[in-house]
Amino acid sequence: MQTAIMIVANYPLYIRSVPTQGELKFHYTVHTSLDVVEEKISGVGKALADQRELYLGLLYPTEDYKVYGYVTNSKVKFVIVVDSSNTSLRDNEIRSMFRKLHNSFTDVMCNPFYNPGDPIQSKAFDSIVSTMMVQAF
Amino acid sequence: MSPAQWDLPPELCCRPMAFVALTGLDVVYNAIHRAIWDAFCTNRRADRVPISFKVLPGDHEYPKCRTKRTSYEWYIPKGILKTGWMNKHLNLVPALVVLFYELDWDDPQWKEKQSECATKVEIVRTSLQGRNTKVAVVLIQKKTPLPPGEDLVASERASALCGACDLSGKSLFVLPHTDHLVGYIIRLENAFYEHAQTYYYNEIRRVKSHKEFLNKTTHQLLFVRHQFKMGFFSELKQDTQNALKYYRTAYSLVHELRAHETNMLEIKTMAGFINYKICRLCFQHNTPLDAIAQFRKHIDLCKKKIGSAELAFEHTAWMSKQFQSFGDLFDEAIKLGLTAIQTQNPGFYYQQAAYYAQERKQQAGQLCSHEPGVGYPAPDPLETPTGALDFYGQRPWRQGHQSIDPPDSEKEKQGILALQVKERDVLHSELIIALLSNAVAQFKKYKCPRMKSHLMVQMGEEYYHAKDYTKALKLLDYVMCDYRTERWWSLLTSILSTALKCSYLMGQVKDYITYSMELVGRGLLIVYKVDIVICDCQNEVPEPEPDCDPASVKMAQSLWSDRISLAGNNEFTIEVQDYVPFVQCKAKFLYPSFHIDEPVQLHVYVRADCPHPVRFSKLCVSLSNQEYNQYCLLEDASKEQDILEPSTQENMCLVPGKTRKYCFKFVAKTEDVGKKIEITSVGLMLGRETARYVYLNWRGGWGDAASSHETLQASRSFKRRTRLPEQQLDWDTVTIQSSTMIISRVPKISVQLTHEPPALTNEMYCMIVTIQSEEDTVAKDIKLTAGLKPGQDANLTQSTQITLNGSEVCDDSHPALLPDIPLGDLQPGQKPLYIHCVSTGSRILLFHVAYSVSATVEGKDITCKCHKDETVTLETVVPFEVAMKFVSSKFEHLERVFVDIPFLLMMDILSASPWPIELVNSEVQLASSMTAIDQPQSQVEGVTLQTSECASECFLLKCPPVQNGTSTVASGHYFISWKRKSAFAETSVVRTIVILPHVMVENIPLYVHAELPSFGRVRESLPVRYHLENRTGLVQDVEIGVEPSDAFMFSGLKQVRMRILPGTEQEMLYNFYPLMAGYQVLPQLNISLLRFPNISGQLLRRFLPSRIFVKVTF
Repeated sequence: MQTAIMIVANYPLYIRSVPTQGELKFHYTVHTSLDVVEEKISGVGKALADQRELYLGLLYPTEDYKVYGYVTNSKVKFVIVVDSSNTSLRDNEIRSMFRKLHNSFTDVMCNPFYNPGDPIQSKAFDSIVSTMMVQAF
Repeated sequence: MSPAQWDLPPELCCRPMAFVALTGLDVVYNAIHRAIWDAFCTNRRADRVPISFKVLPGDHEYPKCRTKRTSYEWYIPKGILKTGWMNKHLNLVPALVVLFYELDWDDPQWKEKQSECATKVEIVRTSLQGRNTKVAVVLIQKKTPLPPGEDLVASERASALCGACDLSGKSLFVLPHTDHLVGYIIRLENAFYEHAQTYYYNEIRRVKSHKEFLNKTTHQLLFVRHQFKMGFFSELKQDTQNALKYYRTAYSLVHELRAHETNMLEIKTMAGFINYKICRLCFQHNTPLDAIAQFRKHIDLCKKKIGSAELAFEHTAWMSKQFQSFGDLFDEAIKLGLTAIQTQNPGFYYQQAAYYAQERKQQAGQLCSHEPGVGYPAPDPLETPTGALDFYGQRPWRQGHQSIDPPDSEKEKQGILALQVKERDVLHSELIIALLSNAVAQFKKYKCPRMKSHLMVQMGEEYYHAKDYTKALKLLDYVMCDYRTERWWSLLTSILSTALKCSYLMGQVKDYITYSMELVGRGLLIVYKVDIVICDCQNEVPEPEPDCDPASVKMAQSLWSDRISLAGNNEFTIEVQDYVPFVQCKAKFLYPSFHIDEPVQLHVYVRADCPHPVRFSKLCVSLSNQEYNQYCLLEDASKEQDILEPSTQENMCLVPGKTRKYCFKFVAKTEDVGKKIEITSVGLMLGRETARYVYLNWRGGWGDAASSHETLQASRSFKRRTRLPEQQLDWDTVTIQSSTMIISRVPKISVQLTHEPPALTNEMYCMIVTIQSEEDTVAKDIKLTAGLKPGQDANLTQSTQITLNGSEVCDDSHPALLPDIPLGDLQPGQKPLYIHCVSTGSRILLFHVAYSVSATVEGKDITCKCHKDETVTLETVVPFEVAMKFVSSKFEHLERVFVDIPFLLMMDILSASPWPIELVNSEVQLASSMTAIDQPQSQVEGVTLQTSECASECFLLKCPPVQNGTSTVASGHYFISWKRKSAFAETSVVRTIVILPHVMVENIPLYVHAELPSFGRVRESLPVRYHLENRTGLVQDVEIGVEPSDAFMFSGLKQVRMRILPGTEQEMLYNFYPLMAGYQVLPQLNISLLRFPNISGQLLRRFLPSRIFVKVTF
C-alpha cells in the first residue's frame, strides 16, 4: 500500500514515501495538490477570516490516491497521500496524524540550529514520521 | 479494428427524437412540396417539438418485422443488444408515416382522387406490415379553408375520405398552401408529435409484456435488452424520467449477468452504453452529482473486469474511453450552464482517460511485441459475413456464442493474435496527447496551474516517445521554469533529463549544453555526466544518452556532425539567470566608491558545483563604461594548445566546492568622476575559441535562477561560519557590490575662515578665507565660490549680499553667492570677503574651493580636479537697539505734545553687539511737522559702546500749529552712522536709519509759563512772573489762585478772576519770600478756565516749574 507524507513550503522541505519506488509520481501528486491548497487558503481567508481550522480535509480524489492537506499559520503545507484502497483511515485519524506532524514540525522549527526554509533533517522528526507510517498504514 | 472501435456509436450519443416519415412529397421538382419540407426541417429551434423528419417515397420499404414469438420457452438469446437496433428505431422505423396528397375539397375529380389517395395509404400500410406505426394523411390545398362546420361539403368529403382510407378523423389533416405556411406546419407537427408519443407508449407496453414469458436462467440477456429498449423508447417519447429509471434497472441487471472471459467484453460494452445514457440523462436533469456518483460506481464495478489477460489493453482502452466520454458529457453540461469547481471538473476525467491510454500503450507494448515473423492470420478472423457485428461487444469469430468456453480454441488464438497485431499499429501517443491536451485546457480553466504543468510534462514525454522531439522540447521548456521557480528539484531533474535527450536527438547544441549544465549543477539530485561540457568543447559528437531509440541516435549522430562542420555555429551564449548552471559567480567592487587617484578594484568569485574540476578559458567582466572592459579580462595564454595538455595556469581551473577569487584593477578616467560604474555582466568562457565554446553570462555580475533563495537562506542562517584556511572563502559571505562611484581626489588644501561672529545686521561683515595648499605640485586654476549655501530659505537669499569690495555698502544688485572667483595658481594667500546681512537669523555660508592638480596613479599621469567645501554657520544679530521717547522740558513723559510748546526727543542707543561699536555720527532729519529749536548737534559722536552700554541724546523740538484740534504727525528719521570697532580688519561705516515714531499734536487754549530766577535765597525776595497767554480767538475768563505754602511767604494776588483777550498775554507778578533752604515746592498756582472745563489746572501746571532751590544766606 502506497503512502507518502510531504511537508512543503511551496518547495519540498520533507518527503517520505513508502515504498520509495515511484516516488516521482508522489512528487507530482503533491505538487499538483498545492493548486487545491492554495485555492482553499485563499477561500478561507475571504469567507471565514477567524477560522482556526488548519486541516483542509480531502483535497481531491484521484483514482489511486486520496490526498489530504493541512496548512500551518505560517503557510507551510502538510500533505498526506494515502492509497485509495485504504479504507481503515477515517477523517479523524488523518486529522490527528496531521496534528502530531504539526507538533513535531514545531519542535523542529524551535531548534535554534535549524534554519527555516532548509530541508528538514531531524532524527526525531524522522522517527515520528516512521512510527506514524507504520501505525497507520 | 480501427481506433474508432472504442468510440461510442453515434446513435447512442445522439438525443433520440421521434421519427416521422413524410411521403408523397416531391421535394426535387415541386416548389410547393419543397416549401413544405423546408418549413418542416429548417429552423428547428428548441421550442419546436423534437421530431426527426425524413422524406421517403410512397412505396418505401420499411424494415421487415419478424414474426412475433408466442413463446420464449426454447429461445436462447445470442447477445444483449443488436448493433442495428438503435439505428433502426431512430432512422428506419417511423412512429408515424404521413402521406401528403394534393386535394381540394371542391376538386372536380374528387372521386378519382379519393380512391388514388386510399391506394397510396394502402401501399404504405402494406410496407409497414406488422408494425404499429401510425399512418396520417395531409391534404395539401390551394384554398384557405372555411372555419370548421361551415363548409358542409368539406366535412362530408372528409368523412368519406377517412372511410375510404380506413383512417380515424384525427389522422386526417388539411394543409392550406397559403401565406401562413409555417404556422400550419407547427400545428401539424404538434399533432404528429402526439401520434408519435402514442406509438412509443405502445411500443414500451409491448416490450414490457414480454417480461412474463422470460425465465431467469436462460433469458438473463433479455432482461437487460428489454430494459434498455424501454429506456430507449421512453427517450424517444421524451419521457426522460422514466427512461432514466429503465436504464438504471438495465444497469443493475447487466452486472447480474454471469461474467466470464468470453462475454466480458459484451457486458462491459453494454454497461458502458447504459452508463453513458444514465450519466447523460442525469446531466440533462441538472443532477450532476448523480451523474458523478453513477460514473464512480460504474468504474468501481468495472475496474477489475479485465477479461482476457492477453487482451488486457482492450480493458484499458475501454476504461480510457469511459473516462473520456464522461469528460465529454461533463464538458457539454458545463457549456449548457453547469458550473464546475476546481476539484470536480472534466479535466480529471480526461486526465484519467489519458492515464488509461498510457497504460494501454504500455500493455500493448508488452502483449503485442511479437516476433517479426508473426504476421496477420491468413483467414481474417475478424471478418464477418455482413462486415459488421450482430451484437454489441461480441467477438467476430464467435458471434452469438454465449457459453463459457470458446467453441474453437484455434480460432480463439487466431482472433486474439489478429487483435494484438491490430493494436500494434494503433498510434497510442496521439491518443494520449489528445486526451492530455483536453485535460490541460480544462485545468487551465479551473485554476490549477501545477496540474496543468504536470500534464504538459506528460504531454512532452509522450511527444518524446512519439519521436516528435521539437514539440516535446517546446512543452518541456515551457514548464521547466515553473518547476525551477518553485524549487522542485526532483521534478525538474526528471524533466531536464527528458529534455536533454530530446535536444541530443535533435542535435540542438545550445539546448543540449544548457540542460546538461543544469543537470550537473547544484540542487539537482542526480550526478550527471560530468564532463559533458568539456567533451563538448572538443568539437565532438557527445555520447548518446541512455535509453534512446537506436534509430534516432543514429540520425542524431549525423545531425551532430553536420552541425559541427558548419562554421560559426559553435558559439553559444547562455544567460544564466534563467537557469541553475553548475558554476556560480559573484562579482563585486571592493568599495562602494573609489577616489579618482586610486585604482578601482574588482573581485570576481567563481565556484563550480559539479563533481569534477572544470577548466575555463576566459573570464571577462563588462562594465557600464566599456572602455574599462579591457582591464577586466582573464584569458588563457595557451591559446593554440590542445586543451588536454595540462595548462600552466592553474588559475583557470575550478575545483568543485572551492571558491576562486579573481582580482582586477584599473584606473578610472577623469571624465568619470561623479559617475557610477556598474557591472553589467560577467562572462565565463568554457571551451576554445578555435572550436566550440560556451559563454556563461551573468547579467549584473551574479545570480541565477536559484540564487535569490539561497542568499535568503544564507542570510537567515546563523550557523557558525567555519574558518576556512587561507585563501579560501565562504561563498555565502561574499556580498554583492555591483556598482561603485568614482569620486574626486581628496583635496590636500586647507581652507580657513577668519571672522568675528556674530555678524551684525546691515554690517559689511568681513570674512577672510585663507587657502593653503599642501599639494606636492602646483595647484592650478583655483577657484573659490563663496556665499550663501544654496537650498536655504529664499528670504535669506534676498537678505544676504556678498562682495569682495568692502569699501561700499552692498545693495540688492549683489548676489548671495559669488561663483568661481578665480584665484589663479595658488600663492598661499587670503581673500577678504564682505557679507551684508540685512536680516537677523542664522545662515549657512558655503566656501567651495576647486582646483586641479596633476597626479600619478599606477604609473599614469592624470589631472585631478579636486575641491573642498567649507561651510560655516553665521549668526546675525542686531548691533544696537534705539529707544525713542518724547518728554517735556521737565523730562516728564509725554503722551502728546502741544502746539508751539517746546519738548524734548530722547534717544537711547543700547548696544546689543558682543563687539564694541563706535558711533561715528548721528543726525535727526525732522519731518515738516516738527522744527528744531536750536541747531541739533550730535551728542554721541565718537562714543564707543561696549556690550549692553547705552548712549543717549536728546533734541529740543517744537511743533508748529496744526489744522484742527489734535492730529498725529510724523516726526522724521534718525540716522546713526556707526562701525564695528575691530582690530582685526578695517571696517566701514554703516548708516542705520531709524524711523522716529509718530506723535499726537494738540492745540492748547491757554499757555502758561513762568519767569523766575534759577534759585532763591532764604529770606530774600524772589520775584516770579507768570505769563498767561490766550491762544484762542475767544475772550477767556480765568480764575487764578495761589495756595499757601509752608516754605514761602508771598505777596501778590491770592485769588483773582480776570479776562484775557484773544491773542493777548496777561502778566501776574508775585514776590515769594523763601523761608527754608533746599529744594522747595513753590506755592501751587491753580488756574481754571471757565470756558474750557476739560483743561485742568494740573495740565497747565506742567508748563510751570514746581520747585526751586533755595540757598542759605549767611
